Amino acid sequence: MRGSRCRVESLRCKECAQEYPLEARFVCDNCFGPLEVAYDFSGLDAAETRRKIQAGPQTIWRYADFLPFERPPQTALAAGVTPLIKADRLAERLGLREVWVKNDAANPTHSFKDRVVTVAVAKARELGYDVVACASTGNLANSVAAHAAAAGLESYVFIPSDLEEQKILATGVYGTHLVAVRGSYDDVNRLCTELSFERDWAFVNVNVRPYYAEGSKTLGYEIAEQLGWELPDRVVVPIASGSLFTKVAQGFEEWLDIGLIKGDLPVMNGAQAAGCSPVARAFADDMSVCRPVRPDTIAKSLAIGDPADGPYALELARRSGGGIEAVCDDEIRDGIRLLAETTGIFTETAGGVTTAVLSRLAERGDIDPAERVVATITGEGLKTLDAVRGSFETYEIEPRADAFAEAVEGDRVVA
Amino acid sequence: MAITVKIPTQLRSVTSGEAEADVDAAATVGEVLDGLYERYDGLRERIAEDGGLRRFVNVYVQGEDIRFLDGLDTQVEDGDEVTILPAVAGG
Repeated sequence: MRGSRCRVESLRCKECAQEYPLEARFVCDNCFGPLEVAYDFSGLDAAETRRKIQAGPQTIWRYADFLPFERPPQTALAAGVTPLIKADRLAERLGLREVWVKNDAANPTHSFKDRVVTVAVAKARELGYDVVACASTGNLANSVAAHAAAAGLESYVFIPSDLEEQKILATGVYGTHLVAVRGSYDDVNRLCTELSFERDWAFVNVNVRPYYAEGSKTLGYEIAEQLGWELPDRVVVPIASGSLFTKVAQGFEEWLDIGLIKGDLPVMNGAQAAGCSPVARAFADDMSVCRPVRPDTIAKSLAIGDPADGPYALELARRSGGGIEAVCDDEIRDGIRLLAETTGIFTETAGGVTTAVLSRLAERGDIDPAERVVATITGEGLKTLDAVRGSFETYEIEPRADAFAEAVEGDRVVA
Repeated sequence: MAITVKIPTQLRSVTSGEAEADVDAAATVGEVLDGLYERYDGLRERIAEDGGLRRFVNVYVQGEDIRFLDGLDTQVEDGDEVTILPAVAGG
């Protein structure tokens, strides 16, 4: 029965299965493989778990049984339970029957990163850290600064210095130590990995990354719960490090394993920008590891040239019968417009990547029209305004009816 | 002068806690690592595999990922800094 043993067992190496205690560590000492949280879900009864989830809070903590805490922690800023919207007009434009949009821009700092950060900050507090930090392409910066502020922790946020102004402003406002590094995200990440050796801080996506990554599973749980405890046939997810992509699928598989839902793992389609597509390229070349690239794309939130979970993303795409596509900057802009015009959802460039990949798969005939498809929209359009600047016309007129008629309605006569 | 290698915490159990090691008389990254393997028992098995590096090990010369250079054949000079890091951070 539940409670008779620890549900959260250990940290375990994904490569060699070596086990470690549940502390702030992320790398296997033996083989350098990534560590992940290992659980024993055998004590969970499906029907009881479902009832418990349904009675839970409107946050990711409704899934606390599947997160790395013995008891749901108290968190100052919530995350999760974002809308899953049936996007009939988008489906019609794509020639598909059933398309759903999971709008994760509806999180406190307007991206899916609140899911992982709320877990990481709670774990950092449990482990006794006073300072949290991160290497970020922007969305994580916003989220770490906000959650640290709400929790009363000091924070250091490291970003590439060429980040979108909106993401810089929406980070600094929370009172963090904002460090703009002259270099790419991969340079920032390397710097933070080195800093993590010498400083007693919780770097959310370095030394507490195994816990942090668990937060992304909740996106998968929510999709299944919001579809009435059913799985979609296909899910399109953007890939930066590959962590979100693999953790969404892990969420589905955990629930399949304990019998909370039935069916098969959905076809998993990863979405990258052509200007930073190491995983898409490795997929196309039939490789099992990714060759790093130097990013050059408007989708800066996905601009990771050396993706940590690349090998696992490749393995998942192949195993699920899916794939990994890369779309160019113009397709990304078109994707942003398509989603906005058909759903009323304004997404950032990463969501443009996801929508553009969905659009390409539909056009190419890869998707059976009878499929139920979910597109995960991970961030908010107001954070990447340059992507839509100049993409439409504004009428500027004098405040007179005839000026309006002339400029907007041409020479049509208004009664 | 020599080449300085920065050791990540995950490997310091085999370097007697040393965070840095100097290697003389090495012309490539591969030779630098061979020098370390000779000095520290158990290091090779942790980061190397089939004559190359394990897939979650990154090596940098002067901050540049050697996969953008010539891999283990990348030339090094006296005074260069070689950094070994785990590849599983970020995102």
